[in-house]
Amino acid sequence: MNDTDRKLGPTILQVEGISLAFGGVKALTNISFEVKEHEILAIIGPNGAGKSSMLNVINGVYHPNAGSITYKGNVRQQMKPHEAASQGIARTFQNIALFKGMSVLDNIMTGRTLKMNAGFLAQCLYIGSARNEEIEHRKKVEEIIDFLQIQSIRKTPVGRLPYGLQKRVELGRALAAEPELLLLDEPMAGMNIEEKEDMSRFILDVNDEFGTTIVLIEHDMGVVMDLSDRIVVLDYGKKIGDGTPTEIRNNKEVIDAYLGVSD
Amino acid sequence: MDSSSPSAREDTLSALILKNAKVIGSKTAIREKDLGIWQSWSWADVAEEVKWLAGGLSAKGYVRGSNLAIIGDNRPRLYWSFAASQSLGGIPVPLYQDAIAEEMIYVFNDAEIEFAIVEDQEQVDKLLEIMPQCSKLRCIIYDDPRGMRHYDHPAVMSYEEVRDLGLNFIQETPDFLERELEKCHTDDISVILYTSGTTSKPKGVCLTHRACIDVAQGDMGFDGYTDDGEILSYLPMAWVGDHLFSYAQSIVTGYTVNCPESSETVMTDLREIGPTYYFAPPSVFENLLTQVTIRMEDASKIKKWLYKTFMAVAQKSGLDIIDGRSVSIKNRILYFIGNIFIYAPLRNNLGMSRIKVAYTGGAAIGPDLYRFYRAIGINLKQLYGQTETLAYVCKQPNGEARLDSVGTPMPGVEIKVGEKGEILVKSPGLLKEYYKNPQATEESITHDGFFRTGDAGFIDQDGHLKIIDRAKDVGTLNDGTMFAPQFLENKLKFFPFIKEVVCFGDKRDAVCAFINIEMDAVGNWAERQGIGYSGYVDLASKPEVYVLLQTCIEQVNQDLAKDDTLSGSQIKRFLILHKELDADDDELTRTRKVRRDFVAEKYEVLVTALYNDAKECFIETQMKFEDGRTGVISANISISDAKTSQSTLELAA
Repeated sequence: MNDTDRKLGPTILQVEGISLAFGGVKALTNISFEVKEHEILAIIGPNGAGKSSMLNVINGVYHPNAGSITYKGNVRQQMKPHEAASQGIARTFQNIALFKGMSVLDNIMTGRTLKMNAGFLAQCLYIGSARNEEIEHRKKVEEIIDFLQIQSIRKTPVGRLPYGLQKRVELGRALAAEPELLLLDEPMAGMNIEEKEDMSRFILDVNDEFGTTIVLIEHDMGVVMDLSDRIVVLDYGKKIGDGTPTEIRNNKEVIDAYLGVSD
Repeated sequence: MDSSSPSAREDTLSALILKNAKVIGSKTAIREKDLGIWQSWSWADVAEEVKWLAGGLSAKGYVRGSNLAIIGDNRPRLYWSFAASQSLGGIPVPLYQDAIAEEMIYVFNDAEIEFAIVEDQEQVDKLLEIMPQCSKLRCIIYDDPRGMRHYDHPAVMSYEEVRDLGLNFIQETPDFLERELEKCHTDDISVILYTSGTTSKPKGVCLTHRACIDVAQGDMGFDGYTDDGEILSYLPMAWVGDHLFSYAQSIVTGYTVNCPESSETVMTDLREIGPTYYFAPPSVFENLLTQVTIRMEDASKIKKWLYKTFMAVAQKSGLDIIDGRSVSIKNRILYFIGNIFIYAPLRNNLGMSRIKVAYTGGAAIGPDLYRFYRAIGINLKQLYGQTETLAYVCKQPNGEARLDSVGTPMPGVEIKVGEKGEILVKSPGLLKEYYKNPQATEESITHDGFFRTGDAGFIDQDGHLKIIDRAKDVGTLNDGTMFAPQFLENKLKFFPFIKEVVCFGDKRDAVCAFINIEMDAVGNWAERQGIGYSGYVDLASKPEVYVLLQTCIEQVNQDLAKDDTLSGSQIKRFLILHKELDADDDELTRTRKVRRDFVAEKYEVLVTALYNDAKECFIETQMKFEDGRTGVISANISISDAKTSQSTLELAA
């Protein structure tokens, strides 16, 4: 992106000296980087480099052994996933994690759970504020459906949809939480070129229209280079590169990690 | 409405909108599904919206007599753009949104377009791209703001901005629109519809307010349209059928137009709306039937049995019932039961429960398709017309729907048969002229005011019009029999095994045909018969396939024998081509019409072989692969005879 400077804001997320080990296996070693507001940051690296672990640390699924995370000015060592969610961090998963038997609409609606305030009973009886709330949430969900252009499958059970569309629905559910920081774990894995183009378009649109900050993991280098403002490269749990796509493309250490070193 | 001096005139479409706003102001005029909910606008709302938009356009410098391009899917705001332009004495020019750039540039320059109202970013991008070549274009207004945030081109603005301009403008000059309306005349051009010429540049067909209103009233009387009707508008706005059905007819009749959410949701929206009037080209009806058939294949045994049994009942008595002919009590009871278990649920599933009348036209409809819909109680009929006649020539009256005719002339329509059997039409919907093309106007309209349709046909003893072919393709056999290739080809193409046919016969002794098999259908058939084949060329040369096609042709011959005019043009000999006719090899046009002369020339050897008594013929042809390389394929093609049937006339003699 050439107009990077125009849209970037202050730092929204800063990770410092994060280390994570499972028993003797060091998944992450002393990782530090920062994410600016409205930025699209890609995390890349070979298989097992610790990319998904990094995302899991950010949204509180894993608790790091050392280091700290500063999110919107609050420093903490660890947080729980629901805390992350309530503070505006949403994510999608490498393997689709949707409710297969439920409709697209209902699946996206689940993304609104944290925004629902009405009591259980009121919701069951569909009275008073619960009713207004439901209408408000449904409206938001419909806007997302419109945004992602999935009107025609609104009422289709997710299990009956092709893979590419399921990925889109998952993005929709993450968007339903109106996140400030969106974590996408391989949003384009297993897609064909057309589906990848669509998904890239939506990611850029989300970033542009809603100003959402996006951290994504992706293997397709073409997509990564086109989409991201900045790239962080991990290898064996260590950060070996951090910079704009052009910088990364010319980074010797990164080239070695991807292509192997000839002695 | 705040207008204090009601306009007495009701002879323009824009005046009629104001009348609707007064007389049926609270009735729903148009709906659009947005964010999953059907949003409605009453006639009073529509009149206001049109007024504001007209004010805004005027404030931006849109003047009387200028043209307004409209491009996009069927959206309420785009329909209001027609009305806004018309109330200012301007002329809306809808364009096909998938038109290629070259064609768009041509139309923009031909119509000297300064203002365009489009649906979304996609269209804006397209117009900005061609803007350097369209010298007059200076204002692009978009409806959907999605993705438009970063556009700062001075010519681009949103619909809201224009409407807000209009609001101010109207507040300053409240009687502005009334004054503008007074200046509009019923014989003014109300719309220009460009017809895409297959050979020449597109021609702009100019239609008047009077034509639109007269035709809409004629149709209303004929089919009994009322203001509580519902239609779904999903066909291109640049097409005459949609302009008449979703715009003019709605204004004249007052029925409700429904705009689908997106082109992918049309089927769902159709079911939700349950329109009372419906128009679709044959291909849409065909797709629907295919879906039904496929879903029935997956149904349980009992359901399959029920479907099969009762569809047989429907085929037997359904047609008689819908046409009002006498049916035995037993069959009536059976049909009644079938209606409860199969036909009514099926109609509901198709979104056709409430349909009073459904029309199809524009292409030939297959007999099975036609019978299917009528048999399950959907009043599907054919109509005949073209852009130049505002689709108002012939319609099938209720109870007289026949497969082989396109109906009887509509009230006010006169039909003559000219040279070579060409149909000449005088219709209230007749075009005023071709836009800036007096030569074309002169060529198309006779001195006594009849339009040359270019279709060949005749009127039978019951007063029904039968269309047989394009007049220029119609020829004669050496014995003087009329030869209508497309008519024969269409008859053959209704067989699922046949993909394409080219018939020869003009100035020859008999009719012979080239056939392309439909790979899927024939391949499937061959597998079930246990016939092995390696590919298209192999399958096309199998003697068994020849026998299969021979039966198809003989069936058509039998059919032809029943018709006195056509019995002489039965197909005597045929061959199956070793390759599919392809647009890449210039054998078809891009719209998949056979280029008859080119094919005849390219395969001259084969044509000669058809007319001498050869049993086989060797041919070598070049073909282009998809990557642009060319290759040669050769084959020994067998030629087969088909039995012809005796005509009823000869039998009687």
